[in-house]
Amino acid sequence: MIYNLPFLTVVALIAIGMYAIIFKRNLIKIAVGITILESGVNLFLITLGYREGGVAPIFTNLPPGISPDQIPEKMVLPVPQALTLTSIVIGVAVLALILSFTINIYRKYGTLDAGKIRRLKE
Amino acid sequence: MNVMEHLPALIIAIPLLAAFLTPLVDKISKKVRNAVVFIALAATFILTIFLVQDVFENGIMIYVMGASNPTQTIPMQAAVPIRIVLEIDGLSAFMALISVLIALIGLIYSFSHVEERGGKFYTLFLLMLVGMLGMELTGDLFNLFVFLEIASIASAALITYEFKRGSTTEAALKYIVISSIAALFVLFAIGLLYGEYDLLNMAAIAKAIKITGLSNIDMIALILFFAAFAMKAGAAPMHMWMPDAYGEAPGAVSMVLIAVTQASLYALLRVCFTIYADSLHVVIPAAIIIFGLISIFIGVTMALIQDDIKRLIAYAAVAEVGYILLAIGVGLYGVLNNEVELYARKALQGGIFHIFNDILDIGLLFLVAGGIIYITKERNLNKLGGLAHSMKYTSILFLIGLAAVAGLPPMNGFASKIMIYESVYKVSPILSIVAILASIIMLAIFVKIFHSVFTGPKISEQKDVPKLMLASMIILAALIIFFGLFPDIIINNIVNPAVNALIENAAYISNVMG
Repeated sequence: MIYNLPFLTVVALIAIGMYAIIFKRNLIKIAVGITILESGVNLFLITLGYREGGVAPIFTNLPPGISPDQIPEKMVLPVPQALTLTSIVIGVAVLALILSFTINIYRKYGTLDAGKIRRLKE
Repeated sequence: MNVMEHLPALIIAIPLLAAFLTPLVDKISKKVRNAVVFIALAATFILTIFLVQDVFENGIMIYVMGASNPTQTIPMQAAVPIRIVLEIDGLSAFMALISVLIALIGLIYSFSHVEERGGKFYTLFLLMLVGMLGMELTGDLFNLFVFLEIASIASAALITYEFKRGSTTEAALKYIVISSIAALFVLFAIGLLYGEYDLLNMAAIAKAIKITGLSNIDMIALILFFAAFAMKAGAAPMHMWMPDAYGEAPGAVSMVLIAVTQASLYALLRVCFTIYADSLHVVIPAAIIIFGLISIFIGVTMALIQDDIKRLIAYAAVAEVGYILLAIGVGLYGVLNNEVELYARKALQGGIFHIFNDILDIGLLFLVAGGIIYITKERNLNKLGGLAHSMKYTSILFLIGLAAVAGLPPMNGFASKIMIYESVYKVSPILSIVAILASIIMLAIFVKIFHSVFTGPKISEQKDVPKLMLASMIILAALIIFFGLFPDIIINNIVNPAVNALIENAAYISNVMG
């Protein structure tokens, strides 16, 4: 059960994020929703790569107390962490872009309510 | 160094380098900047032609990033591909050719009027191209996600390039929100597949799915991929960002955005035909066909009631995406039912050919509309009129685009649409009837635009559009007529390799996995 906790958190984060994006009308809250959704996905990736008592995958710098024949069980696969880092960087760029759009919309429309920002309809 | 061997990497690297060089060169002089951008894009175009030629002659081309031997996909002491692999088959080459060609034409068009903040414009323009090319050339799922985001961010920033009109930012915000949600779906699906197979390479995942069969996790990942890429490809009812984004983007950007959309369509095809292939359920092609029909229907009916010239063309673009989806769905259905020669091959030929025709036809109309807006500063159809008196060439080019979109015989739209009508008829006559009726309505819509914009008494004295604008439109019109008069040349030489790549996915897997 306790090992499933991170996955349950992932589900909760994605659900909260989707809820915010779909039901909230304030543009800032939508941006927050996207960030929460992204955190959920990032947590999912990082949880996939988790290994209890694992060590960094550097052969030349093994911590003491680990013999070379234990390496296959002990070493953590670095790929999910690399994916997460990349995804976080992209997420920051997207968030910055969304917020700058929001600023420009506030200047032009004088509101952040998605229901009132409707010059493009039909 | 053998240049031919490193073509795939160079095609992505050259525009990427030029993109970040542009703001620096912009400080020196505008002319140098334009020269740098043009030379980079022209070089990419020439290299892409070499690549396409090589792929069509010698089959799939592999490039392993960072390996001492760029064709060794599986490193020594490993059982699966670890490095990022670029894999170019007939379909990737076809899509890359379209993207670079359209970007080059769009660039020539933009040279005529983009001066203010030009450095930023061309940087984003090149980054958008890098995103598309990366999506089309890569053989790695995570790499696909990264390039998807690059293309989305660059296009969103370009949509709101004229940020003084608030409505452009509104369209861009919709676009980036939809794109980032779609991209996160894709990332989640990649995570699911990675957790199951420990693989990121598309060919390796396809092989694993083929061996182990479709598990529940695979199905969840498939639905996430499908939803995300259909959303990014603008399939109705997930099309609502498309008219806004196309309608508000400046001139040539609308046209290049179609190529970005089609890169997502390419990703959808790659997922359906290569990764999942034979283990797909018939529900997927049925869903694609239904999305296609809804897109055609919504596209033409919504186009009827528009007043804004660019929004109207954008809705026509939704309908054109519907035609492609309809043909692709029927093709996939035929492939899954082993009825390839009966109708599936023809449907896929029609659909793939229509990908090219869609971008030429709608692209030409967007360029003409951009020219009209640039000259008259007016977007409303009710306030425009009598432009044929002063804009002779533009009105003739618009007529060509109109005939091509409506699928009239001497144009390319007819060549691909007749193939779609014929092949989808074999699955259900209703599909054909809807497609043909929608084409007729499309003709009516564009005759209405032509009538209200170009004919009638002269309202005001106007110049014709700048020469470079006209040149880019003439290139498109020439391609439209050439494709319409000699469709066999195009189908035999560039469409068929792409269709074969879709139908025979075993080669895609065996080239990486040995």
